[in-house]
Amino acid sequence: MNAATTIVIVLCLAALGYVAGRLRANRVAGNVASSLHSRSGYYGAFVAIFTALPSLFVLAAWLIVSPMVINSQVFDSLPREIQALPDTDHALQMGKINSIAQGLEQLTPQDEARLKSGAVDMRSLLGEKGVAIAGEVEDYMPAAARKLSAMHSASGLYRTFVIILLAAVGLMWSWIQIKPRMRARNSVEAVIIAGLMLASSIAILTTVGIVLSMVSETYRFFTSVPPLEFFFGTVWDPRFAAAGAEDSAGQFGLIPLLAGTLYIAFVAMLVAVPIGLYAAIYMSEYAGQRLRSVVKPLLEVLAGIPTIVYGFFALTTVGPFLRDISAQIHGLAFGEVSSFIQAQSVLTAGLVMGIMLIPFVSSLSDDIITAVPQAMRDGSLGLGATHSETIRRVIFPAALPGIVGALLLTASRAIGETMIVVLAAGVAARLSLNPFEPMTTVTVKIVNQLTGDLEFTSPQTLVAFALGITLFVITLCLNFYALYIVRKYREAYE
Amino acid sequence: MNMMSEAAVEAAVGAKTTAQPPIKMQGRLVNVSYGDNQALFDVDLDVRLHQVTALIGPSGCGKSTFLRCLNRMNDTIEGCRVKGSITLDGADIYDPSIDVVELRANVGMVFQKPNPFPKTIYENVAYGPRIHGLATGKAEMDEIVETSLRKAGLFEEVKDRLHTAGTGLSGGQQQRLCIARAIAVSPEVILMDEPCSALDPIATAKVEELIDELRVNYTIVIVTHSMQQAARVSQRTAMFHLGRLVEEGATDKMFTNPDDQRTQDYITGRYG
Ligand SMILES: Nc1ncnc2c1ncn2[C@@H]1O[C@H](COP(=O)(O)OP(=O)(O)OP(=O)(O)O)[C@@H](O)[C@H]1O
Ligand SMILES: [Mg+2]
Repeated sequence: MNAATTIVIVLCLAALGYVAGRLRANRVAGNVASSLHSRSGYYGAFVAIFTALPSLFVLAAWLIVSPMVINSQVFDSLPREIQALPDTDHALQMGKINSIAQGLEQLTPQDEARLKSGAVDMRSLLGEKGVAIAGEVEDYMPAAARKLSAMHSASGLYRTFVIILLAAVGLMWSWIQIKPRMRARNSVEAVIIAGLMLASSIAILTTVGIVLSMVSETYRFFTSVPPLEFFFGTVWDPRFAAAGAEDSAGQFGLIPLLAGTLYIAFVAMLVAVPIGLYAAIYMSEYAGQRLRSVVKPLLEVLAGIPTIVYGFFALTTVGPFLRDISAQIHGLAFGEVSSFIQAQSVLTAGLVMGIMLIPFVSSLSDDIITAVPQAMRDGSLGLGATHSETIRRVIFPAALPGIVGALLLTASRAIGETMIVVLAAGVAARLSLNPFEPMTTVTVKIVNQLTGDLEFTSPQTLVAFALGITLFVITLCLNFYALYIVRKYREAYE
Repeated sequence: MNMMSEAAVEAAVGAKTTAQPPIKMQGRLVNVSYGDNQALFDVDLDVRLHQVTALIGPSGCGKSTFLRCLNRMNDTIEGCRVKGSITLDGADIYDPSIDVVELRANVGMVFQKPNPFPKTIYENVAYGPRIHGLATGKAEMDEIVETSLRKAGLFEEVKDRLHTAGTGLSGGQQQRLCIARAIAVSPEVILMDEPCSALDPIATAKVEELIDELRVNYTIVIVTHSMQQAARVSQRTAMFHLGRLVEEGATDKMFTNPDDQRTQDYITGRYG
């Protein structure tokens, strides 16, 4: 019986336990609800939890541990010379044995007979069954595969038995526990809290895991390229083609990428901040309820457009448009038509990214401005200030710390953006101040270094991790700072 | 008693008015509704110069609504409509030719909950004069801020920390700061909506004392839930009930010998 069926059975038992627990709770209380410590549903949940949780835990542990045990036993039974091979080959052999075992399970008795009589060889037979074996089937393999599949089915049998037994025992035990003064609610809530804690710690642990995995790779990168060269180098030239050759480590200067990132993000913010803020002020202060209920969701829909779509827009519309218009302007000014804005440029990327960010700015700032207490508005209007004076002198300053926080959050999005940049600003790592020329960003280069069939051993690929962690630290700092400011602002009215 | 002839009533009222200071603000047939919900019905009320007029009545009877009509703060509420006439020195304040901004500078307002701006004490007081351009230089502004704070009885307490946050003051100090802020634009009328409801007895006593002093220079309308407060600070009292003006008259009389049974009941705490 497979694991899924077992889970279904356990859950059915739990449901049964729930009903039984409730019934028993009601009975021991003599149907007088007030004599129970908790409401009867809690007793049901109590039984259900004791039925399902321990057995599901054991099941999970079993599913993790048993393949490891079985594999190592099968491996120990392999011929000596195979065991002596290097580690990378082991995985290969075990993989083959695993597939053969899978194939063997599907064979009919006739197939077995054909195999025995030598009418067909194992590899082609398994091939017929849809199980492709990479490479030849060695002599020792069928035996090992049979052993593997025998152990698997034995393990499956024991597992089903143990799990269902455990669930049944849990059900009985907890069912017997039910007495009127038993604190079922407290136990159930403790389990719920544990579940909530688990959920939140998974999110945090994953983040920590991601960072740690990057740290080790970054460390490996810094063993081949000195950190000083990375952080302060002004030339980005990883030299892919010659990868592997001795003298071709290439140059991994972060500066051009960082400059590109910040430059493009800056242009984007230059577009997004004023437009977004004005939109937010209009929405929160002037727009009527009706208009607001239409426009606000509409603006927020913009935030849901995938960034690659903005990239298209930049590549096919904005870029060529800017190039052509610059040619016109140049023509008018100097009589000679030549475009000074290239189709792929910092300006194009910044402009389009800014458009992408407008909804973020406006939506966040709108919420912050609306959160300024009505009493502030009344106070100012009551003194004879006009609406716009009130906005400028009271509401906006009061909302400013929160807005700054929102802008910092937006900036960290701009810094992390990739797709728009690839399509709108190109992939050339250059250090320049001219916004009309292509530049590129950290994220684009990370993608660049990691796409293709590469091993994570050369500095050319490992640099991606160093870049990633640098970016992570920058956005983390920005976010922390933003949170700090937002929190400080919250205290202002209390 | 109800049989008293109309002429006699008018004569009696006329006799009273002649003995009284002139009318500063006057509401006639004031009807206010929020959407479909009418909050005030045909309210006629006079506010007299250099007097404190107290508005009392059970919760939800429309006191705040009436008060907010007096400086058109109701304009800021969506769906609020005001009918009838309200005059300031004889001029209809709902007339299209009237500038709301100017009106509100003349009829200032202090709210129930202290609402200092998140600025310094100095900036809070200087806010109004600055937007109305009342001071030409720094010295003049300092002067306005100091006198306003003095009139609000707060200057001595805060003179060493004028440039610290106004929100850092105690509740009572904040309320007096709000009063100073209202005074700073030199209004003629000051409206106060339960100015002491968030304050302790000591701070309340200070504010009440202040109101009594301010009466010399300003006309004050105050909403209060405290009968003692109404009796202590006001010269005239108006009793509202379910959106109607039940009774209006000299405070002494209202509290000792009201005409209306509902006023009697409310004042003696039998309902409300
Ligand atoms: N902004 C508003 N929108 C809709 N209805 C309102 C609004 N403000 C007040 N009302 C309604 O108008 C009526 C009078 O309210 P108002 O605030 O004037 O009462 P009040 O006498 O000041 O009461 P309280 O003593 O509790 O402050 C109430 O029925 C209230 O529900
Ligand atoms: Mg009120």
